[in-house]
Amino acid sequence: MPEKRVVLANCGVIDPRDIATYIDRDGFKALKKALKLTGGQIIDEIKASGLRGRGGAGFPCGLKWELASKAPGDEKYVICNADEGEVGTFKDRYILENDPFSLIEGIAIAGHAIGAKKAYIYLRAEYRFLLGLLEKAIAQSKKKGFLKHLNIEVRQGAGAYVCGEESALMDSIEGKRGEVRYRPPFPPTSGLWGKPTIINNVETLMNIPRIMLNGAEWFGRMGTERSKGTKVFSVSGDVGKPGVYELVLGSSLKELVEDMALAKKVKAVQVGGATGRIIPADMLDTPLSFETVLGAGAVTVFDKSRDMIDIVCRTMEFLAEESCGKCAPCREGTEAMAGILERFSKGEGLEKDITVLGELADTMMLASMCGLGQAAPIPVMDSLQHFRGDYNKRISQS
Amino acid sequence: MSKIGEGTNPRSQEKRDLLVLLERAQSRSGYLSKETIAGLAESLGLSIGEVYGVATFYSFLSIKPQGRNVIRICRSLPCYLKNAQTIIESVRKAIGIGPGETTADGRFSFELTNCIGACDKAPAMMVNDDVHGDLTPEKISKILKVYK
Repeated sequence: MPEKRVVLANCGVIDPRDIATYIDRDGFKALKKALKLTGGQIIDEIKASGLRGRGGAGFPCGLKWELASKAPGDEKYVICNADEGEVGTFKDRYILENDPFSLIEGIAIAGHAIGAKKAYIYLRAEYRFLLGLLEKAIAQSKKKGFLKHLNIEVRQGAGAYVCGEESALMDSIEGKRGEVRYRPPFPPTSGLWGKPTIINNVETLMNIPRIMLNGAEWFGRMGTERSKGTKVFSVSGDVGKPGVYELVLGSSLKELVEDMALAKKVKAVQVGGATGRIIPADMLDTPLSFETVLGAGAVTVFDKSRDMIDIVCRTMEFLAEESCGKCAPCREGTEAMAGILERFSKGEGLEKDITVLGELADTMMLASMCGLGQAAPIPVMDSLQHFRGDYNKRISQS
Repeated sequence: MSKIGEGTNPRSQEKRDLLVLLERAQSRSGYLSKETIAGLAESLGLSIGEVYGVATFYSFLSIKPQGRNVIRICRSLPCYLKNAQTIIESVRKAIGIGPGETTADGRFSFELTNCIGACDKAPAMMVNDDVHGDLTPEKISKILKVYK
């Protein structure tokens, strides 16, 4: 399946500093159309499209909006998650740099659909260099009269990986430590300041104007049974051409890393960032979709010169550091796993460590409060499955 | 006691703006002093512990004085694969301090950080808000020269 620029259609084409160049490319036509519809009609269209969240969890977008729309209360919020902290992900940076207007239009449509008067864009601290561009785009949109129904404010993060997790992100906007909340309740019923809130990834919101303009049927023709549309991938690591690529969902990993990003002598590919799946080279035919592997679209390629235990160990050290610390399975589990992997990377692993890793993984996946702890063991378990020989070689003989 | 929030009248702000106020104080003074934290706690009606808790949760907030320029080298996997270690060493040589330290003249603080979203330009680092990518040891001194 081919590369297809739907989300990225305007990137490199318009001037992100000049709204006129966006309007020339049918900009804000989708919003004009949406404002003539009821919230329910918009939500029906998004539901029919099959659009699922692009931030990693893949929750049906229209359903999320419907829950928030039907939740009682006049005060509702839209949050755009631009806290792109997942290791190996930079697609949202590329989008914000090149086409902030489509994002603003998507947010404006979302606001009308659920009846929100206020929206936040939560921008990670590392992207502060984009703040001026983003605020200018909002100001231009306002001046042109596109944001009469919705006030959009950019909030800056202050450096915390876990704040990309939606409940921690909301605590951060509320001025607190970005710690994960117990759920339920979920944000569509009780989110920011306890009010109904939808929180969507940048890329998810980028799809909204496209769907409103071209229709759910058009969108649904792209992709697989349960993964509609395209996905924007961030490819890095051992490739000839690192960068941002947009493909129709269901395209193969091989096409992305070998044909487009020009990877050679691939040993394995991690899809989905620090907690992503590790796919060995002989499984590169794997299609990229919610049914198989996807995450937020971070694709990190390792060639045959790489040591998988070194890679997994470094990843676990990172997760241990970034665990918010609220729940024990994640806080303690990531530390314990990092300790064991450290021993293996020094060639001092123990046979029973393999069993312990499995037990830790079960507990963390079952009992952690959020995706960080639940998914942290995934690369470890994948590496054990596909590269068990690397572990066996590091078991201490003494 | 504290000048925090001068001109913004923090008493009228709600507690929800704590992080924004901390970010502002950080960018004004370069760090969050004990006095700043205590002053904010008092004006917002929060405990010092709560303000301290927020101030120490985020890596871009600092309770130690920082240099005029903060260097953050990415040590996440995509940069690690592209020899970020050699960049760390080059910066160490260029400014004479290691990660976690500040130069005696207050010109630079040096930190290691997690993924900054510049993996397509790995290895990469930030100096203040600027991202520098495709780094080589040779480029380091030229880049740092600009930051006084």
